[in-house]
Amino acid sequence: MTGWQALDEFLRTDPRDVGCERAIEVLDIYVDVVSADGAEAAEHRFPGVAAHLRACGPCGEDFDGLLAAVTGTAS
Amino acid sequence: MSSAEFAAAASVRSRGPLDEESREWLRCLTVPGERERALARLHQLLLRAAHAELRRRSRPAVVEGREQDDLAHQAADDALLAIVGKLDRFRGESRFTTWAYKFVMLEVSAKLGRHYWRNPPVPMSGDAWERIPDRLGADPAEHAESRELAAALRQAVTEVLSERQRQVFIAIVIDGVPLDALAFELGSTRNALYKMMFDARRKIRAHLVAHGYLDAEGGMP
Repeated sequence: MTGWQALDEFLRTDPRDVGCERAIEVLDIYVDVVSADGAEAAEHRFPGVAAHLRACGPCGEDFDGLLAAVTGTAS
Repeated sequence: MSSAEFAAAASVRSRGPLDEESREWLRCLTVPGERERALARLHQLLLRAAHAELRRRSRPAVVEGREQDDLAHQAADDALLAIVGKLDRFRGESRFTTWAYKFVMLEVSAKLGRHYWRNPPVPMSGDAWERIPDRLGADPAEHAESRELAAALRQAVTEVLSERQRQVFIAIVIDGVPLDALAFELGSTRNALYKMMFDARRKIRAHLVAHGYLDAEGGMP
C-alpha cells in the first residue's frame, strides 16, 4: 500500500459510524452476539457499531479486550 | 420473602428473560446477607480481567510489575463502584459478566490514558509529517512521495481545520498521542475528540480530492 492509499483509507469516514458513546453503550451486547453467533451476525445487527469499531482505535481495543475476557482467551 | 428479596425479585422480573447465571448474580448482589460475598467474588473476576487486559495491551511492555498491579487494582475497584451504581440500569440484553467486564475495559483505557503522561515517549527527530505514511501502515515510501504527501496534508490541515481541530489532529496523527491520553490532558472525552477527528478527516479528504491528490470515489486520480 502506498502512502497516498494509506492516507486515503485513514481519511475515509463511514456515515453509519455511530461514534464512541453509542458504540460503548451496546458494546457488551455486541460482544455477546460476536461470541455466540460470529462477527458477521453482530455486524448485521449493529452496522453502525461495526463501522465505528473499524475506525476507532480505542473502542476497537475495548472490543478486543472484552471479547478476550468473555471468551476466556485473555491471558 | 423479605422486602429486600421482593425488591430484588421484582427487579429481576422487570428485566425480562435473563440467563441463569446473570439472574443469580443479580439476586446475590441485591439480597442482604449474600451481597458482601457476591461483591468480593465480582471484584476478584474484575481484578483478573484487569490484569489480563493490561498484559494484553502492554505488548511491548508499557506498564509492568508493581505499576501494572496498582493499575489493575484501581481499574477493578473503580469498575466495581460503577457497576454497583448502575446495577438498576442492567437490562439483561447481554450476560451480566459481559456487562460487568465492559466497565473494566473502560477503566483500563482511562487509567492507561492518564498513565501515558507519566512517561511520554521522547519525540523522534526529523519531520514528523513525513513519517505519516509509515504511521498509517504504508509500505516504505520514496522520500519524494513522503515529502509531497506531508506538504499536501500540512496545507489541508492549515487551511480547512479550525484551531481546535488542528490541535487535536496534530496531537493524535502527527505526534502519536493516544486518543484517551489526549482526552485526559484536554479535560475532554473520547467521544468528543473522536467526533472532532471524524469531521477533520472528512474536511481534509474533501480538500485533497479538490486539489487532485485523492480520487473522490477511491483509488488514485
